[in-house]
Amino acid sequence: MNAKTTPPADFSIEFRGVSYHLNDIPGRAIVSNVSLTISPGETLVLLGRSGSGKTTLLKLINRMLLPSQGQVLVQGRATTGYDPIRLRRSIGYVIQEAGLFPHFTVAENVSLVPSLEKWDASRIAARVEELLLLVGLDPAEFATRRPRELSGGQRQRVGVARALAADPPILLMDEPFGALDPVTRAELQREFCALARRLNKTIVFVTHDVREALFLASRIALLHAGRLVALAAPQDFLRLDHPEVHAFTASLAVSNGVSQ
Amino acid sequence: MSPLNFFLDHRSEIFSATLDHLTLVLIAMAFAIAIAVPLGMFIVQHRHLRAIALGAASVFQTIPSLALFGFLIPIPFIGGIGRRTAIVALVLYAILPILRNTYVGLTGIDPAILEAAEAMGMTSAQILLRVRLPLALSIILAGIRTATVITIGVATIAAAIGAGGLGTFIFRGVAMVSDSVILAGAIPAALLAIFADLLLGLLERRFKVA
Repeated sequence: MNAKTTPPADFSIEFRGVSYHLNDIPGRAIVSNVSLTISPGETLVLLGRSGSGKTTLLKLINRMLLPSQGQVLVQGRATTGYDPIRLRRSIGYVIQEAGLFPHFTVAENVSLVPSLEKWDASRIAARVEELLLLVGLDPAEFATRRPRELSGGQRQRVGVARALAADPPILLMDEPFGALDPVTRAELQREFCALARRLNKTIVFVTHDVREALFLASRIALLHAGRLVALAAPQDFLRLDHPEVHAFTASLAVSNGVSQ
Repeated sequence: MSPLNFFLDHRSEIFSATLDHLTLVLIAMAFAIAIAVPLGMFIVQHRHLRAIALGAASVFQTIPSLALFGFLIPIPFIGGIGRRTAIVALVLYAILPILRNTYVGLTGIDPAILEAAEAMGMTSAQILLRVRLPLALSIILAGIRTATVITIGVATIAAAIGAGGLGTFIFRGVAMVSDSVILAGAIPAALLAIFADLLLGLLERRFKVA
């Protein structure tokens, strides 16, 4: 499924001194002066509490939001220089509860971007089948179902398939497994980890779950009150000496204690 | 004369009045839908106009229908005696329920769905036509159903300004103090309303999503 004729540009994402203020009021910064380079092919996890600015950072990448200060570069070019529609169609996006269209079948949901891009019907059908198999859903059984006829885990799988449909080099995921029961969540995390390795995409993954971050990340970026306070590979993350890192490692210790 | 005898004696006259009534309602509804649905779509995109549009539509609903018919008579172009004036008044009445339901239906969609649509790179026109409208359709149809039932009732009063329809029997019956004549207008009007309610109710359920 590599119909791309353009040379594989570097699928990097770079934040250069990025701030985002609500309604452009400098006092109410949601993101403050974040600089961060995300390398092609890595899975960068944005970790932080609710309201720490991680979802905002994600939305700055596909131009759902524009920075108040600084620049966000996608493949070396500032997002302000892209047509937002074209940019978004080249970036996959998965959100909590999947956000599937309830009036579309699974197949129609998955083929949304290809059909917006006016692929021909046979190519779309083949791609839908391929993607459903990729996310572990039998096309014969699931293609014609509606989202309400799926379990939470199945909906999330469809959400991932939809995001991958047009083979985007970049995948943004906003707490995609957050609403799932623990067993299903662990199952999807394992499968996603394997999938991410195979697909070789640049993935930015938002979560407040430090276990999930440690499990999936090639690097973890920790956000606190809109600032980037730590950036490390999972094996180094727990050794960092920062109060917010301690807060997260403490939560890990507590949940370990409870589960034992 | 018993209502049944009166009905049988005047069946062709009643039948043609029913057709006139139905025509009046259908024309008024066509205009009301053509105005209210696009207007609803417009005020979703331009929220600051929402209060003005819904407010104006509500004002028309508060005017007693007989008074509204009366007010319209002296107005040039749309006024005068007859069907045209009646249709204008009926349209003004029917706009509010359709406009309100269109607005509520289009804005009451799960934000996650709209966020996903935007993030997938759908244009705002595509989001409106392929996401918002289909998901709002059953609510819009509910508004059309309410408006239709109201219009069938209010249209009986249109006879007062010479628009014809089933109201002619009702007004004649009131003048003659004859229940039989009143019922010859009232029963078909009630049946029309019940039938329209059932039919549009079916349509509304047909387009209901999840």
